[in-house]
Amino acid sequence: MPKSKSAYSIPTKKQKPDTYIFVVWVDNEAGVLARVVGLFSGRGYNIESLAVAEVDAIKNISRITIVTTGTPQVIDQIRLQLTKLVPVHKVAEFKREDKGVIFKEMALFKVVGKRNKIQKCLNACKKFNPVILDETKTSAVIQITALRREIDKMNKKLKPLGLISTSRTGAVAMTRGAKIFN
Amino acid sequence: MPKLLTGAEIVFKCLEDQKVEHIFGYPGGAVLPIYDELKNHPSIKHILVRHEQGAGHAAEGYARSSGKPGVVLVTSGPGATNVVTALTDAYMDSVPLVCISGQVPTHLIGTDAFQECDTTGITRPCTKHNWLVKDINDLSKVMHEAFRVATTGRPGPVLIDIPKDIQFAKTKYKKSNKEKKLNGKSHNRFSQDQIDELVKLINKAKKPIIYSGGGVINSGPKASQALREFVELTGFPITSTLQGLGAYPGDDNQFLGMLGMHGTYEANNAMHDCDLLINIGARFDDRITGKIDEFSPNSKKVHIDIDPSSINKIIKVDLAIVGDVTSVISKINKTIAKRKNGHSKSNKSNIAKWWEQIEKWREKDSLNFVNSDESIKPQHAVQRLYELTKNKDTYVTTEVGQHQMWAAQHYKFNKPNRWMTSGGLGTMGYGLPAAVGVQIAHPEKLVIDIAGEASVLMTMQEMSTAVQYNLPIKIFILNNQYMGMVRQWQELLHEKNYSESYSEALPDFMKMAEAYGCKGIKADNPVDLDDKIQEMIDYDGPVIFDCHVDPNENCFPMIPSGKPHNQMILGPNDQEENKIKGKGKALV
Repeated sequence: MPKSKSAYSIPTKKQKPDTYIFVVWVDNEAGVLARVVGLFSGRGYNIESLAVAEVDAIKNISRITIVTTGTPQVIDQIRLQLTKLVPVHKVAEFKREDKGVIFKEMALFKVVGKRNKIQKCLNACKKFNPVILDETKTSAVIQITALRREIDKMNKKLKPLGLISTSRTGAVAMTRGAKIFN
Repeated sequence: MPKLLTGAEIVFKCLEDQKVEHIFGYPGGAVLPIYDELKNHPSIKHILVRHEQGAGHAAEGYARSSGKPGVVLVTSGPGATNVVTALTDAYMDSVPLVCISGQVPTHLIGTDAFQECDTTGITRPCTKHNWLVKDINDLSKVMHEAFRVATTGRPGPVLIDIPKDIQFAKTKYKKSNKEKKLNGKSHNRFSQDQIDELVKLINKAKKPIIYSGGGVINSGPKASQALREFVELTGFPITSTLQGLGAYPGDDNQFLGMLGMHGTYEANNAMHDCDLLINIGARFDDRITGKIDEFSPNSKKVHIDIDPSSINKIIKVDLAIVGDVTSVISKINKTIAKRKNGHSKSNKSNIAKWWEQIEKWREKDSLNFVNSDESIKPQHAVQRLYELTKNKDTYVTTEVGQHQMWAAQHYKFNKPNRWMTSGGLGTMGYGLPAAVGVQIAHPEKLVIDIAGEASVLMTMQEMSTAVQYNLPIKIFILNNQYMGMVRQWQELLHEKNYSESYSEALPDFMKMAEAYGCKGIKADNPVDLDDKIQEMIDYDGPVIFDCHVDPNENCFPMIPSGKPHNQMILGPNDQEENKIKGKGKALV
């Protein structure tokens, strides 16, 4: 190991990072998203995707869903640091592989081309509940809901079929069955 | 119909309700309505500083020495940005501050108005929470909540940004609602089972050590009391972090001195070799742990902390107890006492061998230094200062650098809240304004800032504050003409390339004292040192003491970077003995 000239210690062996999904319930107030996102950037945590919207207009609660990667120690820190924020009510996190949780992303694809190409696109999307939101003689806007990697795949696949623009959301999550996050 | 109050009136009403007696501040355009209101509130005294950073550090000194939150009042824009260093400092060292900043009127926010800045945006990462009050009806609620956030749980700074039009606007005043909790976040989350488990570990331990930190101080004087009982009950050795000094008496035999980068040989070796490590209110800071992989490799680790995010952040522990130090330690003491009634077997005999080992480490006398008849050694200066002030209830602040470490090593504290130093952020220029704040909180006490000449120049202007309020603070400058700690690192790690660490044009501190209207004392030889220190102590008024010390002295012992606790470099005496190491200090 090279000799360190630093006043700080040398980084030690790293554990393997995993992908986790955080669900955070916050007061819907000015700056709350900046607090959450600033915590991630300030402490060097990664954000893969982010979805946020108000879910309870009476109690003024927003629900933030963040997909992130980290070692178990980092994930613990993220949860504990989030919990410390004043406008945060509760925090839940789970592994992406968790079978007890559904998570979905939505994508809008704009396809420009002849009728048959658009039809091919629709067929390709068949597995992901495609909905045509807008249609002209030469174009269509198709909505699908799927997993991140599935949307990645479709994004690639539709390119040769006339896909000219993609817009997609971050993941949102919900537990299966009757129980809710705690 | 109740009387309508202006925003400015509400600010003071809240401060009165929170029993605030002193605020540290500096006026400016966007806080003028609040300053205008000051005259109507005789119970609140405003201390005019010379720079907003000084206001922040003074409030920190006030808070840390009194246990009450420090209150800061600054204007928008530069006023707010100048206080950022102090807020960050308070955040790192968990000091309760409430900072009120003025802001441009709401309709001008976002227009790059004169002295506008995104204060809540800038201070978001360096406060526990902050608020921009855009509606006068929120003001009293926010003010009270701010005090609650700053002082509960792990304390820290908060900021309230109040636009000028809100300071003029009128509404009804609402008293604070004490019932309300912070989103149900309680602080004591430990169970008797956890306490029992800890007591079991305590009974089994053969090589235990207690490592206490600033959390004990923050938990209040009762925590220090409980800690002393705990140490007596168990007979365990105790070491402390920089911030924890004073929680346990520094001159007690069970106290091993400070641990960490410049901690004692016995404390660090005991941390490395122990089989049970009980962390009470400390956070495994990187200046403490050294190399993480080799940190205390064979011990069961217990961590008592009020902040769950401090646990397992750096060092994985075997038993975590989340709660306020006072409650946790009191519970442990009770549990131990109860058990002892059942079967009086003490575990003190278990650890006799451990104490023998510790005494062997102690014989190294790792804080030693080669004293001199010709020049004042900085360590000697701190020792003399300690000897001449130890019988008074003395409060000590420091700047940051070698002098800070020497103060921590050689000044022995017996009570909590007597030692104010910038640990986490390491802010040069902290000590002088902090001393101002300490003296405000304790007008009759002796307050000394052990300083370095480079640090003290960063906030020197606060001498003017000390003179204005006739605060008899003593600025004890260990003047070695270098940024000593920078020079030490350059000597050890950068082949003695003293890049920019020498101050070529230092001011004449005697003349400076005269210019500020305080007393200047200069010492440059060891023979007069005691008399001059006594002269400083006896003088009723602020003093700048220019103590010329050996400029080449280094701070030892030291854990070099990337090394574990048991590989310390010791001082010159030891290096003489260990000639094998050849280049000695350059081995890092």
